[in-house]
Amino acid sequence: MSSRFLVFLLPFVVIAIFWAMANREARLAHDPTHKSFFDRNGTALGVVFILLVAFWALFLVTLPYLYMVVESFHPKLPPAQRGGPADVVTIAQYKSFFVTPSDGSWNTNHMGAFLFSIIASAAVTALNFAICYPLAYYMAQAGTAQKVRLLMLALIVPYWVNEILRAFALRLLLASRGLINQMLMGLGITEGPIDFLGNNTGLYVGLSYAYLLVMVFPLYNAIESLDKNQIEAARDLGAPWWKIHRDVVMPYAKPGIASGCTMVFMLSAGSLAAPQFLGGPRTLWFTSIVYDFFFQSFNWPRGAAYAFILLAACIAFVMLMLRLFRVSLGETIK
Amino acid sequence: MNAKLVMRGMIGFYIFLFFLYLFGPLLVMSVTAFNTPNYPQAFPFEGFTLDWFQKLYNDRNMMEGLRNSFIIGFGVVAISVPVGLAAAIIMSQIYHRARGLFYLVTISPVLTPGVIIGISTVIFWKDALSVTDFTKAYFYKGIVLSIFGQSSFVAAYCLLIIMARLQRFDRAQEEAALDLGASYPQVFWHILLPFLKPALVSASVIAFLSSFENYNTTTFAILADKTLVTVLAGQVRQGTTPALSALAVIIIGISLMGAITYEVMKRREEANAEKAKERAKIAERGDVGVVGGG
Repeated sequence: MSSRFLVFLLPFVVIAIFWAMANREARLAHDPTHKSFFDRNGTALGVVFILLVAFWALFLVTLPYLYMVVESFHPKLPPAQRGGPADVVTIAQYKSFFVTPSDGSWNTNHMGAFLFSIIASAAVTALNFAICYPLAYYMAQAGTAQKVRLLMLALIVPYWVNEILRAFALRLLLASRGLINQMLMGLGITEGPIDFLGNNTGLYVGLSYAYLLVMVFPLYNAIESLDKNQIEAARDLGAPWWKIHRDVVMPYAKPGIASGCTMVFMLSAGSLAAPQFLGGPRTLWFTSIVYDFFFQSFNWPRGAAYAFILLAACIAFVMLMLRLFRVSLGETIK
Repeated sequence: MNAKLVMRGMIGFYIFLFFLYLFGPLLVMSVTAFNTPNYPQAFPFEGFTLDWFQKLYNDRNMMEGLRNSFIIGFGVVAISVPVGLAAAIIMSQIYHRARGLFYLVTISPVLTPGVIIGISTVIFWKDALSVTDFTKAYFYKGIVLSIFGQSSFVAAYCLLIIMARLQRFDRAQEEAALDLGASYPQVFWHILLPFLKPALVSASVIAFLSSFENYNTTTFAILADKTLVTVLAGQVRQGTTPALSALAVIIIGISLMGAITYEVMKRREEANAEKAKERAKIAERGDVGVVGGG
């Protein structure tokens, strides 16, 4: 167990770093009028604030993540053997992502599912941007205040229906006995039902449908603060509409675009409901594989390793995007 | 002029399509809730029935899940709103250079896929709570773990909401109160909290809703217990029944009522504000009149 409990030391190192930073800052920028944290809040409240945040940052955020990473470097063992001599540090779980442990061949199944999840999420992100940008622009620049509020309500109401039921609603439309197939066959466009769920149409539609709102709001917020005069000026100078968007609106709304795209991508890549309920029987989504490690083969360390691979890939993708768009993380989440 | 009309028509058509996409599936689902066939079907409409609502009400699992969802929801609000408030206050007072690191730690759960939060919560607390038999027996429970897992990212939402309002707080108010002899706790309770109240209310609502609807984190953290959403997921996985549509109809009904109430309240508020402005104007004129007359 000892290697696992080493994790508990790490937060104290982080706290020490914070402490050192605060002290250094106090020494460098010495300001006699400056009051310490406890002076400003009173001792009792100050202690309560710090305890609350410490509980959250340590026990709800950092320690579970670190512990998961540590777990992923251990073999799968029955509970009795945990902490025993067989409980060694190993990279076997990560290796199993590339090479199937049983026969030593390339693990194309899982690597394929991983690539598919990332590419499909990126595609869904692009699709949602295309669907939502015009609406966000209309709401932010063209609509009257009252109209905008109504549109906003109309956007929010469907999102009070939870993810599962929304996937269920789409399934009723897209199933082989669903309304769309009934219509297509009724009109004589197709002979038999089209397998929308099997060919992944259901998955893409489901992901796009689930995260529309996540794209609309950041875009709206970003475009809303753009001065109308800038658009007018561009128009008066003879810019065609697509140039106005490309050269005026989009550069201005860049933080909002980055924020919406980041959120949609992360949510899609990590989504569980859409692939489970709208994917075909042969669709292998990466989170579904992780889910199966936990609930079918009970292989927690391998599940943890896969989860960490997913997390690392998502972070890398987002960092890449932020670098490409030249926006900082702070601008993205607001 | 003509081109403008065409443009308007196109925008209208686009907005129509967008909301068709948004509402279409929900409408079709709502119709199936009132149709008699066992398989949820919207067309042909074979007969009107309310049986599916009855079935829903008699579903024990669903009702137990609903109860747990409420418990977890309130638990999450009880943890994440105070934590969000404390974090926002610390964030506003912390040294500049430390702010980046603090921000990264506190905001990372928002960007982490929910599945990963659920997994890490279960792995960590399983071992952490197994340290003593007492904690293992009383705290290693799906409800507790779900509250912990969900609070990790919901608290970050609360932080963002409260932070947005805290940034507009005028420190001079605090100084004034202190100069007038108020103690620190008094300033907090009588000045800062009332100022932050709207943000605290919306943070509570958002916290409860995000907890209630959560699937990705909860499905791992809930262990052997169930919430409404995990029960639903199980039923959708097994097959489809119009009882699910009936549940959706109820949820849509509640949210529509909420939305309408909100809209009515907003309009009334605006009307009141308008009236107050008028009254102020009249009063001002009246004052001037009095002065003039005297």
